[in-house]
This record gives sequence, C-alpha cells and structure tokens, in this order.
Amino acid sequence: MLRFALTRALSLALSLLVASVVIFAVIEVIPGDPAAFMLGLNASPEAVAALREQMGLDGTLFTRYLAWFGGMLTGDFGVSYTYKVPVAELVAQRLQVSVPLALYALVLSTVIAIPVGVIAAATRGSVGDYGIMGATQLGIAVPNFWFAMLLVLVFAVTLRWFSAGGFPGWDAGLWVGMKALTLPAVALALPQASILARVMRSALIETLGQDYIRTARAKGLTRRQATVRHALRNALIPVLTIIGLQFSFLLAGAIIIENVFYLPGLGRLIFQGITQRDLIVVESLVMLLVFAVILVTFLVDIAYAAADPRLRRKR
Amino acid sequence: MRHLQMSAAALALLAGPALAQQDTITVGMVLEPPNLDPTGGAAAAIDEVVYANVFEGLTRFGPDGSVQPALASGWEVSEDGTVYTFMLNEGVTFHDGSDMTAEDVVFSLDRARAGDSTNAQKALFEGIESVEAVDPLTVKITLAEPNGNFPFNMAWGDAVIVAPETVEQLATTPIGTGPFEFSEWVQGDHVTLVRSDSYWGDPVALSTATFKFISDGNAAFAAMMAGDVDAFPNFPAVELLSQFENDPRFEVVVGSTEGETILAMNNQQPPLDNVKVREAISHAINRQDIIDGAMFGYGTPIGTHFAPHNPDYVDLTGMSDYDPEKTKALLEEAGATDLTLRLMLPPPGYARNGGEIIASQLREVGIETEITNLEWAQWLEQVFGNKDFDLTIVSHTEPADINIYARPEYYFQYDNAEFQALIQELSVTSDPAKRTELNQAAQRMISEDYVNAYLFQLAKAGVKNAKIEGLWENAPTQANDLTDVRWTE
Repeated sequence: MLRFALTRALSLALSLLVASVVIFAVIEVIPGDPAAFMLGLNASPEAVAALREQMGLDGTLFTRYLAWFGGMLTGDFGVSYTYKVPVAELVAQRLQVSVPLALYALVLSTVIAIPVGVIAAATRGSVGDYGIMGATQLGIAVPNFWFAMLLVLVFAVTLRWFSAGGFPGWDAGLWVGMKALTLPAVALALPQASILARVMRSALIETLGQDYIRTARAKGLTRRQATVRHALRNALIPVLTIIGLQFSFLLAGAIIIENVFYLPGLGRLIFQGITQRDLIVVESLVMLLVFAVILVTFLVDIAYAAADPRLRRKR
Repeated sequence: MRHLQMSAAALALLAGPALAQQDTITVGMVLEPPNLDPTGGAAAAIDEVVYANVFEGLTRFGPDGSVQPALASGWEVSEDGTVYTFMLNEGVTFHDGSDMTAEDVVFSLDRARAGDSTNAQKALFEGIESVEAVDPLTVKITLAEPNGNFPFNMAWGDAVIVAPETVEQLATTPIGTGPFEFSEWVQGDHVTLVRSDSYWGDPVALSTATFKFISDGNAAFAAMMAGDVDAFPNFPAVELLSQFENDPRFEVVVGSTEGETILAMNNQQPPLDNVKVREAISHAINRQDIIDGAMFGYGTPIGTHFAPHNPDYVDLTGMSDYDPEKTKALLEEAGATDLTLRLMLPPPGYARNGGEIIASQLREVGIETEITNLEWAQWLEQVFGNKDFDLTIVSHTEPADINIYARPEYYFQYDNAEFQALIQELSVTSDPAKRTELNQAAQRMISEDYVNAYLFQLAKAGVKNAKIEGLWENAPTQANDLTDVRWTE
C-alpha cells in the first residue's frame, strides 16, 4: 500500500512539473507586453523598458520560468503586475467569494434536485413525472445568464429585495454576504439542479429494478420502505459523482454569472488577468487549479485502492 | 416579514439610495483600476478614481478643460519663458499627517523625469532642466526652452504631488493631499473614499464616495434601476440610455471627451503612403452613418485631430466629406485598383461596430478589407508597437494631443518636417493669439495631408440620479472629480 502511494505521489509530482512547463509556455507566447499595456498610447520606450525591468520581465524565458516555479515551491506565487499585490492574496480574496458561492449553489441544487428526482422516479409515468421531466428539460435549456437577468429584473429592479449585484465583503456581515450571493446562487443552481434531478431519477429507476429490491419487497417491505432504505442509498453514487464534477465547474466556471452580478470571483480574475496581460496571475492561478484537480484525483486513487485491494497490484 | 424588509432597507441605505438628505454617493465605473497610482500607469480608471479626489498637482483641470491653480496658489514666468516659479498654498498636508512642502514637489517631478521612471506620460516632464525648492512654499522650475504649455502639463493626473515616504504604497493605499482619503479597496468590487478632515481647501459636501466596478451593460442598467449606483458617468451600453430618459428619477448626461476617434492609416505602408489613396479613403466614409450605427447617435463629426469644444478648433469636415464618386476618381488617378487592406480592430464598441460599417462603406467604392479583431494587448504589440497594419480604429483620449503627429515613429508614421517644425514652435510659444494661429495651422496641415480619416469626437454619455449635481458633464481629462458634487434637497 505504501509503495502504491509513493508511486502515485511521484506521478503527481511529475504531472505538476509537466503542467507548469506547459502553462508557462502557453501563456508566455500570447502576444502582448504587460508593461506596454500598463503605460498606454503615450508612453515613451524608456519608460516601458524601465517598467519591464521592474516587473522582472527582462530576463530570458528560462530564467523567468525558474524564478516563477522556484517561488511557487516556497509558497511564493509572485506579485501581480497590475494590482501590485501578491497573487496569493488576490486568489485568497477571490476564493472568499467563489467557494461560498459554489457551495451555496451546490446546496441549493442538491436540496431541490434529490427530492424532485425521487418523486419523479417513484411516480414514473404519472402526470407529475412528465411535469418534472418537462420542467428540468427547460431548466437545462434556459441559458443561465438570461435567467440571472430575469432574477435581477424581478427581485432587484422591481421588488428591490436584493441589490442588483456586487459583493460587499464578509466584513459587512454574514447575512449581508449571503444575501448578495443569493440571486447568483439561484441562477447557478437552476441548470445544475435540473441535471441532478434527471440523474437522480434515472439512477433510482435503475436501482428499483434490481433483484435486491425485489427481494426486499418479497420480504414484506413497502415500496416506500424499499426505496428509502435500499434503493436510494445505492442510487446516490452516480449523483455524488455528478455533484463532485459540478463543484469544480462552479468554482472557476461561474464567470458569466459573475459578470451579470459583477461579483469578484475567480473566473473574472482569470479573465481580467488575461486581458490585462497580468501573466503571473494567470499562470499561478491556472497552476493552482491544476494542482487542485490533480490532488483530488490522487486522493480518489488512494481511496479506491484502500477500498479495493485489486487496484493496488495493477500499478 | 415587515421586520425583514426594514432591516433590508437599512442595509440598502449603506449601499446608496437616498431616503433623506444624503452625503454619500456610489459611482459606477466600467473598468476597475489596475492600481491606484496615477504616476505609474496609463489606465484611465486610475484617474477616474483618484484625480482631484485623492491626489492633486500644482495645477488642475477645471470642468471646462481650463487650467486652474491647485496646490500652487499661483505662478510667475520669467521674461524668457524658461523659469516657472510656483507659490504653494499654506497648510497643505498629506493624508498621513505630514506637511506637503516644496521638497515634495521637487521629489515628485524629479521622480517622474528620472531615467528609471515608469511614468506613462514622461514626455510631459521632458523639457525640465531642474526643480529647486527656494523655500518651503516656493518652487522654481527651469526649462530647457520656453514652454507655454507647462502649467497645462502639470495639471495631468500623471503630474500629481506625492511624498517620498509613501511612493511604494501608492498602488494599493494611495496617500495624497486631496479632499478625500482612501479608505478601502475590495478588489473586483469597489473602492471607497472618505472625506478628509484635514483638507487644506474648502471641505467637500460628500462624506463617503464609493466607486463600483460594473463592466456589463445590462448589469449596469440593473444597478442604476435598483438604486445600487447613483451615477454612471460613462455608461457601458449607450443603447440602453434612452430607457432612463423617460424615468424622472434619472437624468441622462451627454458631454464631450478629449477622444478623437480616427480611422488611422499606416502612412509608410504602400499604397497608403500615397496621399491620393488616403484622400480617397477619407471621402468614402460617411461619418453620420458610423455615429448612428456604432454610437447610437452620440458623437460629433470631426475633420481633424482636435476636440470640437476647444476654442481653437477649426471645422475641417468639409475636407473629407462623403463623396464616393470622388473616391473612385482619386483611386483611378493613383492607379490603385483592386485594393485589399487589413483593418485591425481593438475591443471597444466604437472600433468593432464602426469597423463593420467602414468595411461596408469601403466595399461600395471597391476597396476590400480583411478585418482582424484584436485584444488591447495584442493591438498594442502588433499595431502600435510593430506598426504591422494598414488601417485601424482607435480613440485618442489624451487632451490636446495633436503633437503626436510630430513623432515620425508614432504608429501611423506621419513624417512631415514642416509639421514637426510647427509643433516645435507651438511648444515654445506662450502668446495665446499666436498659439491659436499655430494650433489651427497644425489642424489644417494634417487634414490636407489626409494623415488619417477623422471620424468623430467620442461622447461622454452617462446617467445619474436627478438629485445629484456637480458632476462633470464633459471630460477634459478622464476623471470623476467629486469635489463639487452634492445631493440637492
């Protein structure tokens, strides 16, 4: 088991190294000079050169790569060219919006989707089931930015229950922060909940057809008891997989919703970083995301191996 | 529920809308400033937050573009025009409590013109030979040659006075001498300024000013409608402005900017090195169609590189009026048929939408265009830096910037010794009548040489709560000067 974990850890390290080279190379070849971008149309060439030097952009590609990668090994992600604050600080600030927003949306979608999916599966073929299927189809089809704008028009512009966007920061209070994230979370949750409800329904229908359910029913359990005690637990496995995927999507992929509600999230930070050629922010941020994904895969591998000894021998 | 709504209303009060006499304001901005140091970057968003609010220079721009005293109460010019003596106001302090003296002026100007300076407008300081503190309230600036524009140059946001001990932190926590102090910056969301109690001049009416960053047009619309934002001086979606016009809560404000929007041509790139071809292109363009189609009617046609609201402006639109037949004749005369030109478009709407319209207007006279959409950073490198383009559309937003035509290496590469001599003479002239004459001659010369096709002056189109007064209508420099802003009633 230890040997398995070690080989996995080594491959994790190698993947990160390769990823760092690819990320650095791809981002550095994008045309556009961050110093020229900052100084604009009237800048003198000397001023641009002086700024390049200040930013540490005057070295060769290789020395800059080493400085960046070496810095990351010691936990230093560099200083943003444009914002002039450490990248780690910027990312930490954005995570304070993106993580709660992703969790909020995920909780909402799960709380809605699981009961709805179960009801649809339990009443398969009924009017209710068709209604739910139709509604979830619509939920997937409706573009979420359009739905978001609709929410703003109704709840912010007309009813004035919420502000139209922005995030005041957690310093303003937990309730204020949650309130600011409510409309965006609802907008994000709608399509996710629709997908989840459909997955829940089909997984439950499949498990309900299994032999052990029939056995449970034969032993005298009611349909409801068999569903809740036996089928639901097994049907949740594909649902959990989807929830896991959705979380990583919600974390960095909420950029359109972040735009509609002008929220300072991770997605907008990457987007701004690219347009302003704040390369160090983009590189470090993408690297962090890669690290997160690789780490999760690593942990899942280890967990599988712990659960199933056959996997350890397969390298 | 009642209680819930009440507390929601109380919270909303913190963010903006007026219920009683109010002294806080939330101003919407399209772009977030990358940092808050106006002496180290060109981004207009920096000045839009800090100019006149947090930082002040020796002089400043008034709402009409005139140069007014600021930290300097006045100045004297020597007979030969090379020595400027600025008298500083008494009792000026920085927000950290230290006194602002002549030494700080010396430091700020020396820093801006130093060899390793990263000032985006370093040219403003080029003619300075020396800066001396005569006494704590007097600064003597010696120029290499007379420069009638010097007080104008000192009014730019790039020429503000800063203290040596705080320069390192200006980007994130700016310390200036202005009527507002920096309070907080929630990156990606807003910057908050608060009234400075130790301000040397007249205290401002507002106690708190928040700049909120909203780039999406629909989001900006919703934010105004919901009362989250009190004013949006440069509204990101002009097509939505008409919806505010019928609502008595709001007032749509349309003014002028310093942004000459031009179809720039690469003057060294055949066939555009032929003035006949450039003239032909100028006559193929219908300005009003572009203003209506790309700018929803906001914008003033121009015929040269000069702002129409400037008293020295000459209307030269007649030089390049819309005349497709003339274009065809000129092209024939120049022997330039079957032209295909590369048109590079940066991201703003005036360029992307205007570019499509110009392409179709050029097609009508037999000129094909290949459109390439570029991001700003790419545009700066390829078009501005490497001059690898035929045509591009861009708005030049710096005030009084006709002197860029005297720089042969500038991206459109206009190289005319006569024009360069004219600008040289202008820079050493202080007599107002003579300056007008020279400015007008310069406008005529570039118009007659058809250096670029001049499209329109970019409008400043925004919206504000009808109860707010004192915001700038025009934009002589890109700023949101809040010093005279107040709520009425």
